[in-house]
Amino acid sequence: MVTDFIIIGGGLVGSALSHGLLKAGATVTILDEGDLAFRASRGNFGLVWVQSKGDGMAEYAQWSRESSDLWVDFAQSLGAATGINVGHHRPGGLELCLEPEEYEAFETSIKRMHNQGGVGDNDRRMISGDEVRAMEPNVGPEVIGAAYCPHDGIVNPLATLRALHRIAANAKADYRPDHRVERILPQGPGQGFRVVTQRGDFVAGKVILAAGNGSAALGADVGLDIPVGPERGHIIVTERTRPLFNHVLGQVRQTDEGTVMLGATKESVGFDTGFNPAMIQKVANNAVRKIPALKGLRMIRSWSALRIMSPDGFPVYQESDEHPGAYSISCHSGVTLAAAHAMSLAPRLLQPGFNDHYAAFSPRRFDVPKTD
Amino acid sequence: MFQRLTDPLRKPVSFRFEGREIEGLEGDTVAVALLAAGENSLKDAPASGSPRAPYCMMGVCFECLVEIDGAGHQQACLIPVREGMDVRRHLAVREVGQAVGGEAE
Repeated sequence: MVTDFIIIGGGLVGSALSHGLLKAGATVTILDEGDLAFRASRGNFGLVWVQSKGDGMAEYAQWSRESSDLWVDFAQSLGAATGINVGHHRPGGLELCLEPEEYEAFETSIKRMHNQGGVGDNDRRMISGDEVRAMEPNVGPEVIGAAYCPHDGIVNPLATLRALHRIAANAKADYRPDHRVERILPQGPGQGFRVVTQRGDFVAGKVILAAGNGSAALGADVGLDIPVGPERGHIIVTERTRPLFNHVLGQVRQTDEGTVMLGATKESVGFDTGFNPAMIQKVANNAVRKIPALKGLRMIRSWSALRIMSPDGFPVYQESDEHPGAYSISCHSGVTLAAAHAMSLAPRLLQPGFNDHYAAFSPRRFDVPKTD
Repeated sequence: MFQRLTDPLRKPVSFRFEGREIEGLEGDTVAVALLAAGENSLKDAPASGSPRAPYCMMGVCFECLVEIDGAGHQQACLIPVREGMDVRRHLAVREVGQAVGGEAE
């Protein structure tokens, strides 16, 4: 079957795009990997996070905020279409600080973002340790303050992915798991693309690379430069307990079911989702210093997963100049941006002028002349 | 809900759940004996309060937590039943810190 679009990648980015495209009446094939894929969509923390996003790029601050706003309706529509409660809440978020340097760094970042125009600091402000403890009774005495942003929230990323896949299935999208893509062959100007997988070829008018870190190696086939690479993070999950928090904390997140998830580390180790005990220790120590009560909970699971990082941490969106109709949609924040990808970006894939609209997210920003 | 296969070689073991007399069989785990006796909810979910039953029966899901002889948060699916055991729901969930009303919408 020839479809309007082939989306390479069935994670949160690809699935959110399929939702928007299907809603607009396009036909879609989704080529996904299997169970052993590096799947950030299943390993992430589940924050819909605005604060700190876009320090250095006003357009990204605006885009993150837009998605956080869109998430309210998006979550409701996913629930209405599938009966799956994706657990979206937007109570505001706190980044707790233990050291004066952390506090100052957040303070400086807020000033920088305030001055960069657009949505500015996204209403983020610094609050004192005592203010934090008045908002959150389980925050310990070592916390000296926090960065607070009212637009931060959480969602259950697994439920979101399931809901998006169900919607795609209901809309008769051609979803192919275990179809790792090997090559993309442009068929000539206006003739579409042939996508070669381990299990046969697929043809479509347009092709979207939404394969996370896997996109980087495929971009060259269609003249796209996709400078992303893996950054490893570890997460700890505790046994369930009563609800402990009124807000979302950046590195301590309690799910609707009561488990507490603890993060977050950053390591550059390539394509390796191994387990580093030193990182787990760091996560646990950090969490217990911030929330001493967590000491009483047993850890029941831990894992590592790979973030998708560009050199500046901002998204890379572009349509190929060499082979129009081939797009790269790559970003670190597939959860936060899911609503914007589905509701705002996907319709743009059906119109001309994609690169003009998303000029700020073009990888051309990395092509600065070197000064020797 | 569950029916036992007949096994004449296993001896009965008596214990209590929430003060009720339960008869299990030697070699049962606490979760098996309780499910076989028709006790389908061993605890309530810590956040939503909805009733929960043993699910994975192999120590992974933590839906079978109970209090046994005064010790809380025991995995009923991993502990063999013993004569005279006192099993309760009270300390099924580990309480830490100060519970709040839950996240605001």
